[in-house]
Amino acid sequence: MNDNIIAPENLVYQKSALVKDNVMHYCPGCNHGTVHRMIAEVIEEMGMQDNTLCACPVGCAVFLYKYIDVDTVECAHGRAPAIATAMKRLHPDKLVFTYQGDGDLSAIGAGETLHACNRGENIAIIFINNAIYGMTGGQMSPSTLEGMKTSTCPYGRDLKLNGYPMKIANVLAELEGTCYITRQSVHTAAAVRKTKKAIRKAFENSMAGKGTSIVEIVAACNAGWKMSPHEAHLWMEENMFPFYQLGDIKDR
Amino acid sequence: MAKVKGAVEVDVNRCKGCELCVFACPSKVLALSQSVNDKGYAYAYMKQPELCIGCASCAYMCPDGCIKVYKIKQ
Repeated sequence: MNDNIIAPENLVYQKSALVKDNVMHYCPGCNHGTVHRMIAEVIEEMGMQDNTLCACPVGCAVFLYKYIDVDTVECAHGRAPAIATAMKRLHPDKLVFTYQGDGDLSAIGAGETLHACNRGENIAIIFINNAIYGMTGGQMSPSTLEGMKTSTCPYGRDLKLNGYPMKIANVLAELEGTCYITRQSVHTAAAVRKTKKAIRKAFENSMAGKGTSIVEIVAACNAGWKMSPHEAHLWMEENMFPFYQLGDIKDR
Repeated sequence: MAKVKGAVEVDVNRCKGCELCVFACPSKVLALSQSVNDKGYAYAYMKQPELCIGCASCAYMCPDGCIKVYKIKQ
């Protein structure tokens, strides 16, 4: 019976043609892969494959150029918004986006991000917030939650010693240059679809010249959190979402 | 009423056995295999293929894009 169903004319969903056949180096269950797929689908649907420029971060997504078949520039740690500024100013007709993690965007690249947003550069920023530095072994990042255990705060984040977790998307919403800021997640199929819509809107804003769009994606780093992928999603729903509330923060 | 039937095809050697598709499936079709692929991961397969409705939830959740979804109306 299954042989009748499995035929090219009955195909309803498969990975985008822009996702290369290379097997991703991410840990099993990593949300980066899901977000890569959604970005590729949006670019494919917009027909922008030949007109897209991506600024890659430093972090686990450093090899993004191996997985999405668009032109990419590998930026120094945190400097993706600065590179994207140059790319968009030199090529205003191209779709320019950056892909950054929380360590890249809100720690070392906070200055570049703030000023790119303040200048209202017409770029889209995809911001993966998983509350730790995933690539280097799960160290504390600015968005680590209070009491959350990481390799550099093994007894949990202490507010007196380490400061408060930063909601950088809300900070950026205060700036005049930003036009669309939303916080989404990828823990269920419905959330993945919503994230895809948000990415599409951010890319369209970038092409329409409305200002900087930021799509924050609250994601799980199951390897860094020392959990199974499914447990990490449940933990994220229970602990991350009350603090990082999902939904649009700014839309104009 | 037209009955919807689905089927999924998993790219076995791309699958890392993260099990997200297994938890995402509303009809409990998928499960992880007892055998392993080239990299040593247990991979997802259709344990109860007759229950699949072709909703593509598994494929949307799959971080590695290993799942193809097919659907027919009978």
